[in-house]
Amino acid sequence: MAKELWKGNEAIAEAAIRAGCRCYFGYPITPQSEIPEYMSLHMPEAGGVFLQSESEIAAINMVYGASGAGARVMTSSSSPGISLKQEGISYMCGAELPGVIVNVMRGGPGLGTIQPAQGDYYQATRGGGNGDYRLIVFAPANIQEVVDLMQEAFELADKYRMPVMMLLDGMIGQMMEPVEWKRPALSPEDLPAKPWATTGTKGERRPNIINSLFINPDACNDHNRHLEEKYQRVIENEQRYEINDADEAEVLFVAYGTPARLARAAARLLGEEGIKAGVFRPITVWPYPYEALHEAASKESVRAVVTVEMSTGQMVDDVRIGVNGIKPVSFVGQAGGVIPTPREVADAARKALGR
Amino acid sequence: MAYNEIIVAGFGGQGVMSIGTTMAEAAMSQGLNVSWLPSYGPEMRGGTANCCVVIADSEIISPIVLEPSELIAMNQPSLDKFEPAVKPGGLILVNKSIVERGIRRDDVRAVYVPSLEIASELGNMRVANMVMLGAYIEATKQLKFETVINMLRHIFTGKKAHLVELNEIALQRGAACSSGL
Repeated sequence: MAKELWKGNEAIAEAAIRAGCRCYFGYPITPQSEIPEYMSLHMPEAGGVFLQSESEIAAINMVYGASGAGARVMTSSSSPGISLKQEGISYMCGAELPGVIVNVMRGGPGLGTIQPAQGDYYQATRGGGNGDYRLIVFAPANIQEVVDLMQEAFELADKYRMPVMMLLDGMIGQMMEPVEWKRPALSPEDLPAKPWATTGTKGERRPNIINSLFINPDACNDHNRHLEEKYQRVIENEQRYEINDADEAEVLFVAYGTPARLARAAARLLGEEGIKAGVFRPITVWPYPYEALHEAASKESVRAVVTVEMSTGQMVDDVRIGVNGIKPVSFVGQAGGVIPTPREVADAARKALGR
Repeated sequence: MAYNEIIVAGFGGQGVMSIGTTMAEAAMSQGLNVSWLPSYGPEMRGGTANCCVVIADSEIISPIVLEPSELIAMNQPSLDKFEPAVKPGGLILVNKSIVERGIRRDDVRAVYVPSLEIASELGNMRVANMVMLGAYIEATKQLKFETVINMLRHIFTGKKAHLVELNEIALQRGAACSSGL
C-alpha cells in the first residue's frame, strides 16, 4: 500500500478508528489538540461517538463507563490533563477495564509549557493514581510506530483487561512522517466478545458487576494478588525494545521517543571521530526490558551507559535497575520543553568515556 | 547520498508550513524518506513560524534540524536567526521582496528571489511561496517539478483547476532565479 504523509496526532486518531475504537472522550490541550479535532470529524463518520467533555476528569470517567459496557474506547490529553485523569486510571485498573490513554507530553510541572518533554515518565510507569496497579506503556519514536502500536494497544488492553498508555512527546504529536497502513481496518463487529461487560442480562445470565471496591481486606488482598499475577504475565510477554548499531559499541545510549532519535544522531557524530556508539531504545517503558538492557550493557566493548531524556532524569532509574552496576550509568537531558542537541549528547558520551 | 535538512522560516501566513508539507509530500511520492516538523507555540498570524523538513534516500535519524543544509528565509528575522546555523557549503534562499539585506557569510551560497514581485506580476499574491519552492527545486535538484505539478493537479480540481497552470508558472519563475547558481 502507498505511503501517506500523516501528522502524529492525526495518525494516532485514525489508527484508533481503524482499530475498531468507536468512542472518544476528551478535552483539548496543546500539543495534542489535533487528536480531538480529528476525532470530532471522523469518529461520527465511522458511526462512533465523539464527546468533548467538560473536563479531563469527566472524560476518563466516560471511558470507564463505556469500557464497562464493552466498548473499545480511548481518551487523550497532555501532561496536566493526564494528571487530572489519574483517579480514573486507578479505578479502571481496579475494575480491570481496558482502554487506551494517549499522553502527548509537554513540559511541567504544573502548567509548565506547551513544548515537548518527557517529565511524566514516573507518572506513567509508577502510577500517578493510588494503589498497586500498572499500565502497559508504549513509547513510540516515529509515526509509523505510533500507528502500529496504537492498533496493538487496543488489543493488549482487551487481552489483559487493563488500560494501555501511549506515551508520546509533543514532537511526535506535531511532526509528519510517511505512514503505511499495514493492517486491515477493523469494525466493532470484528472484535472479540467481552462476556464480562455490563451489556444487560436479557434475563439469560447473572448480572456482571464492574467495581473497584473490595471492602473486605482479604478479598482486596486476593484481588491485588490476581492483578499482580496478571502484571507478571505482561512482564513475561510484552516487553518491546530496539537496539541500533550496538556491535562493538563503547557507549550505549538508552533513550525512548524523540531522544532516541537524538541519541542516534549523536552516535553518528561520535562515529565520525571513531567512537562507536549504540542506542538501546525501550518501546515499552512498562514492562521495562531490564534483561535485554542488561545483556546489551554487559557486552565487553561497552564502557559507559548514557541515558538521554527530555526530563531531569527519570527513566535513568530503570536504566540503573537494568544495568545493575555492571557498567557506569550517566545521564544527559533537558527539561521544560528544551530539546537536548545531538552535540551535547555526544559531549556527555565523551565525558562518560573520560575523553 | 542525498540527505537534505531544510529550515523554512518566515511570518505566519506566508505559507511557510505549506512550502514544507509540499516538499515533504513531493519527496515521499518520489520514494524518498521524509519528515516534517513544525515549530509550534503560542503563535498567530504575523508571528514567526518555521518548519524543519528532512529529505533523504537513507533512513532519517532525527527530524530536528539544527544545522540546515538549506534555509528558505521568507523574512528578515528568519535570516537573522538561522543564517549562522546553515552548514558550510549550504544554501540560503532569500525572499528578496521583504528581506532588506544580503547574506553575511561567504561560505554558503545564496539565491535572491523577488517572490512578491513575481507573484504580483502573475496576478495572485498567494503563489509567492510557490515561487520560493520553484527556486529551491531548481537550486537543489532533489525534487522534480513534475512531481509537484502532479500533486497540484490532485489538489486543484473542478473550479480550481485553472490554478494548476498559475502555480506551474510560479514554480518556473522561481526556478529562473536559481539558474545562475
